[in-house]
Amino acid sequence: MSSTLNIPPQFEVVDRPLDTQMTISMGPQHPSTHGVLRLELVIDGESVVKATPDIGYLHTGMEKLFEYKKYQQGIVITDRMDYLNPLGNNLGYVMAVEKLLGLEIPERAQTIRVLMCELQRIASHLVWLGTHALDIGAMTVFFYCFREREKILNLIEAASGGRLTPSYFRIGGLMMDLPSGFERRVKQFLDGFPNSVEEFHKLLTGNRIFQKRTQGVGRISAEDAIDWGLSGPCLRGSGVNLDIRRANPYTGYENYDFEVPTEPDCDVWARYMVRMREMKESRKISTQALARLKPGPIKADAPKVVLPDREAMKTHMDALIHHFLIVAEGFDVPEGEVYHPIEASKGELGVYVKSNGGPKPARVHVRGPSFVNLSALPQMVEGEMIADVVAIIGSLDIVLGEIDR
Amino acid sequence: MVTASVPDENNTVSKEKATPSLLVTALQREHPQWIGEIAEAFSEVTAMVPREHIVEVCTYLKSSEEGRFDFLADICGADRGPEEEPRFEVNYHLFSTTKHHRVRLKVLLNESDVHLPTVTGVWRTANWHERETFDLFGVIFDGHPDLRRILLPEDWQGYALRKDFPLRGYEPYSLK
Amino acid sequence: MGLENVIAEALPEVLTTRLDSLINWARKSSLWPATFGLACCAIEMMNATSSRNDLARFGSEVFRASPRQADVMIVSGRVSRKMAPVLRRIYDQMPEPKWVISMGACATSGGVFDNYAIVQGVDKIVPVDVYIPGCPPRPEMLIHAVMMLQDKVGKESARDRKDVPEEEARRAFAPGTLPVTDGSTASESDTSRVRPYTIASRHERRRSS
Repeated sequence: MSSTLNIPPQFEVVDRPLDTQMTISMGPQHPSTHGVLRLELVIDGESVVKATPDIGYLHTGMEKLFEYKKYQQGIVITDRMDYLNPLGNNLGYVMAVEKLLGLEIPERAQTIRVLMCELQRIASHLVWLGTHALDIGAMTVFFYCFREREKILNLIEAASGGRLTPSYFRIGGLMMDLPSGFERRVKQFLDGFPNSVEEFHKLLTGNRIFQKRTQGVGRISAEDAIDWGLSGPCLRGSGVNLDIRRANPYTGYENYDFEVPTEPDCDVWARYMVRMREMKESRKISTQALARLKPGPIKADAPKVVLPDREAMKTHMDALIHHFLIVAEGFDVPEGEVYHPIEASKGELGVYVKSNGGPKPARVHVRGPSFVNLSALPQMVEGEMIADVVAIIGSLDIVLGEIDR
Repeated sequence: MVTASVPDENNTVSKEKATPSLLVTALQREHPQWIGEIAEAFSEVTAMVPREHIVEVCTYLKSSEEGRFDFLADICGADRGPEEEPRFEVNYHLFSTTKHHRVRLKVLLNESDVHLPTVTGVWRTANWHERETFDLFGVIFDGHPDLRRILLPEDWQGYALRKDFPLRGYEPYSLK
Repeated sequence: MGLENVIAEALPEVLTTRLDSLINWARKSSLWPATFGLACCAIEMMNATSSRNDLARFGSEVFRASPRQADVMIVSGRVSRKMAPVLRRIYDQMPEPKWVISMGACATSGGVFDNYAIVQGVDKIVPVDVYIPGCPPRPEMLIHAVMMLQDKVGKESARDRKDVPEEEARRAFAPGTLPVTDGSTASESDTSRVRPYTIASRHERRRSS
């Protein structure tokens, strides 16, 4: 090559193939990374050769904080982990501690737990849909989803007082009973919800641009998915029929009739369809839970663990003493360790609680589904273009609070 | 070949319901050096595994017909406290996607020798879980392809979740 | 930016009230936030921009992804030690005039998380104009904070905000340190003294367990 070109003698010709690869940092402050995720992308032109996620930008040291707080104080911390599905986090932690204590939860509390968890699952999927569509370019869907979500947040706020961080469940039951008129409002919302889902389908599912951007993108086969530990809609989008609500049922989920949606395609489109169908299934479960609501106690019968009624506390001496001891000193949990998995909106949320017999846990570890789902990203993204990376991250539905804890 | 078939009172051998406790007990009979003691509490089975054999036990449990533990749910480290010997424990939570049963394997480590072979060859998901355990406890996994900090900053000194690390950390931490 | 610089440098004693009110009106009516949503407060920020509580009516029409095109940085969420240099860098990349709203308890003061991983208040890193309490604050609170910021902007003078030259911005104080009057930054101070915080967290001082 140098013989045909008249290169002046002061330039040195180095025979080296053209280096087209570039490492860029899809940095922690990015509109489409759903939080503070940093991806180191090695790209060749527009397609990605290698992607390495760099997490830890939201590390909060929550697991260490659990060890310094009493068991009931830890419920507040779990809200902030997966902040789109706080009731799910609450439930996982509370059920793990209840397993250690061996508490028997009354029927009404279990039904309300199912109802609130399913409403929370719908809310979480709505945020997923809104932000995923926003990343792909459909801004209208974002506003519609958040409009629906406001209705659910109103309901959760009516029950617990907090929109985004409810801390509604307690060890042994619920914080408070549902307010009057709640069932009517939930029914009103659930009746109108299928129309909203229809609206989303009309906007996205038949849209050729959306289809072209999501079909065939981000494939991961079923064996790879299980090997990488994917769970939840990511796993069900690869054709594996696994749902912790069916596999290891909890809170009475075995009494409800619902389908577990799976799609065989293994791509972003499949995960989208799985979540849309899951919203419908959640609505079905909520309707059933609403029908099963019967009056009854909402806290377990364990005076040393569960706070007594306000009225009883003000009139009876032993209730007052129990209340004081529970709040001031906490209750002793028997020694042992427990791993309790639940099906959060993102996958298998496992809570591992180890107790040394005191009022504070010795170790609490939360297995966040997004943490494991994100570890499969490098494989899903190899060979895809940068714009597809955005779509794939959206389809994984990651929440950095859960990843970094 | 271990078959977890135990004859019940009618003297019929039930082969389908190989619960984890039966499985682990049978495994202990077959390879006694692989499994230490077995504890069963709160309807969960915990098996202590000496650290040299963790990879073999995991490979066996993943491939065996009765076990089929193809899903590693979690690797969780725990610090028992600076006065305890062994100080660290590493828990492996296994799950079977077909049979829906769970088991926990526990490896105990002394403070002086916190090395442990990696199981990334058995399940690829162990990669990030082991990095997190290394980051927060300082447990070193031999053979890990990329053992570096994952949650804390790269230049952080100390291991955050150890009991002797103060809650508020050390000052000053210079942000360069 | 150029206009104010020219006026301020050329005619330092000129009263600029009319010009001030015009400039301030323009600035406060179009405060475009930089997307700096970190954690749960970011979701409430998204709720504040959604159709029910519409922040765009107050001028925050778009959330600019690039800090070079943004006016206000709404730090919503907990800032971890790893994220702090990034926060400072984004703040430095924003051109003057810029303001910071610290949204939520974690950004204001560390919030629930009094531990090794979270910066106890984002005002240790960037200068904050409005603090919003709450965990997470309601979207209406964020709108109120934006309105408070608009009042604050209305009282400023055009001479106050000059574009900081590049040199000075780069020598800006390293994040995590309070400004030291003798001009030294954390890189020069003695970092070999490593000791645990002298005031133990109140959880560690508890007698029970």
